Amino acid sequence: MRKLLLDGLLRRPLTEAAPVAADAATAELATALERAARRRLGRSLSIRQVDAGSCNACELEIHALNNAFYDVERFGIRFVASPRHADVLLVTGPVTKNMAEALRRTYDATPAPKWVVAAGACALDGGMFAGSYAVAGGVSAVIPVDLHIPGCPPSPTALLQGLLALLEAVDG
Amino acid sequence: MPALVDLILEGLAVPGHRPWPRAVVGREVWNFAAGQLAAGRWSLLDLWGEPGRVHMALLDEPAAGIAVISLDCADGTFPSVGRQHAPAQRLERTIHDLYGLQPEGAPDTRPWLDHDRWGVRHPLGAAGTAAPPLPAYDFLPAEGEGLHQIPVGPVHAGIIEPGHFRFTANGEAVVRLEARLGWVHKGIDGLLAGAEIGRAAMLAGRTSGDSTVAYGIAFARAVEAATGAEAPPRARHLRALMAELERLANHFGDIGAICNDASFAIMHAHCGVLRERVLRAADAAFGHRLMRDRAIPGGVATELERGGADAILALVAEARRSFPALVELYEETASLQDRTVTTGFTSPALVRQFAAGGYVGRASGRGFDARRTLGYAPYDSLTFDVPVREAGDVDARVWIRIQEVEQSLALVEQIIEGLPDGPLLVDLPAADGEGMALVEGFRGDVLAWVRLAGGRVERARLRDPSWFQWPLLEAAIEGNIVADFPLCNKSFNCSYSGHDL
Repeated sequence: MRKLLLDGLLRRPLTEAAPVAADAATAELATALERAARRRLGRSLSIRQVDAGSCNACELEIHALNNAFYDVERFGIRFVASPRHADVLLVTGPVTKNMAEALRRTYDATPAPKWVVAAGACALDGGMFAGSYAVAGGVSAVIPVDLHIPGCPPSPTALLQGLLALLEAVDG
Repeated sequence: MPALVDLILEGLAVPGHRPWPRAVVGREVWNFAAGQLAAGRWSLLDLWGEPGRVHMALLDEPAAGIAVISLDCADGTFPSVGRQHAPAQRLERTIHDLYGLQPEGAPDTRPWLDHDRWGVRHPLGAAGTAAPPLPAYDFLPAEGEGLHQIPVGPVHAGIIEPGHFRFTANGEAVVRLEARLGWVHKGIDGLLAGAEIGRAAMLAGRTSGDSTVAYGIAFARAVEAATGAEAPPRARHLRALMAELERLANHFGDIGAICNDASFAIMHAHCGVLRERVLRAADAAFGHRLMRDRAIPGGVATELERGGADAILALVAEARRSFPALVELYEETASLQDRTVTTGFTSPALVRQFAAGGYVGRASGRGFDARRTLGYAPYDSLTFDVPVREAGDVDARVWIRIQEVEQSLALVEQIIEGLPDGPLLVDLPAADGEGMALVEGFRGDVLAWVRLAGGRVERARLRDPSWFQWPLLEAAIEGNIVADFPLCNKSFNCSYSGHDL
């Protein structure tokens, strides 16, 4: 283990430069954020991820945000275990009817000010699963959505661009 | 011992079901098959429904034989298989929820995927209104002095899929765990029925995102079997290349995540880097990090990108360079071994009974691997070992993954070296028929079954390996401490979405 740790200290970090925040997302968010909310948050966002029916591909890429290449915590963005600690709900999947109430209750348990980011093609409008007897629709069919990050699944870079746009809007 | 072929002869063989036979049988033969399953002579591959009919897929493991028997349920009932063979119970509850067919004599009649939220009962059968409401879900009782319950989920404290776990604990020790699943049920069976083949293939690839390649291949091969087509050799090699990359990515991720659940973060960090390198190589070679929608009926959708093979070979070299140090770290860290060795023991008898595949089966002595046992192309021409262990604990499930990483690295090299030239795709004949395929994903064998009619999917069925692994997790955790649940759960890494459909 000592050798691995030493190597880690001596090697250049794998972490890559931050991508540019997504323009479209910044514009989408400008209206969503009030000045007071921005002051309260500082440059920090706590995210609670909720899988409302995804196929788990989005979860894999959200996980990747924590790896050494993307290192999302350097931006003050971190994933928290409870909606009570969260500023942002990051929701994936078409919302299944079986998960709709759990999603709504998670939203209600999140203190204001709060934002909802819907990640992935299914989260927009149900994607390929739209119209099924078991699917309520996209995330906005159940709770209000502030930002949508497209992709099937969105790459970690796309997720990071969206979240940075949110952070800039919160910070601005 | 009766052979599967005799079973088929007992019934009315259905023409055009490939590559394995299917026969419509009577109740007697159906019950006989259930008895053979209970006696451990055959393994249950799947049990599924369609309106007015149920199907059972059976595996004769030593002979590598597979057969499907079907039973018409004229009166809306069928003899319960779960009454004799427990692994069938959740499948029967699902058949009842979706199609309204009643398993006669079933020991557990509670709903499974139906949480009373769809606004409709038996949506794929003779759909009816959802009134009156279902009674509250009764968890199995655990009684005794000092027992307490811990409900967890469906929304978990992490980036995970939703499921509900009901623990009954005596102090720190788990006395009983019961899982309640179905939260991410999207109605995939229903969406597949009547879908165009292309759309159905995309749906199959979205059944469980971590196995999108395995599902893509399984569905494609089932369609090819149904139409009598065969994917060109180059496509079969590229499919296997993608399948091994998917296995590598998931195994790296799992090895790290299991150690992370024992609070050993350095393994997680390093394995996360390896996983990311696999996904980047996949992106460079196939234009998508998870290689989604690349394996399609008839072949593969994309040619290997320029420089793709080099990116993959560079990945193999990098993994060979850095992975051994991580394996050594895992092996020589006493505090980590203390958490994984003997934890979450899964008995070989249960694994055999449930015919659990993947690392869950192979860590408990069941050597089934569809790549080897069925030897589908191109694996019949490749050299690899199927590691099997007997210990059945978290440690054994980590070791199976470690050994499979080594095998997959070698397979990737062989595949690239022997990559044949030629077309990527054949046109599918416009033929009706039924096809089935079993493909080894990283988690275990993925089953796909289709019936094509008029160029569309009339019916399709996708069975995730998790169906036969989830119940074993409940047995594995018994007697362990609650704090070891994440560790046990991650060592199984069952799919919620693949199971819930």
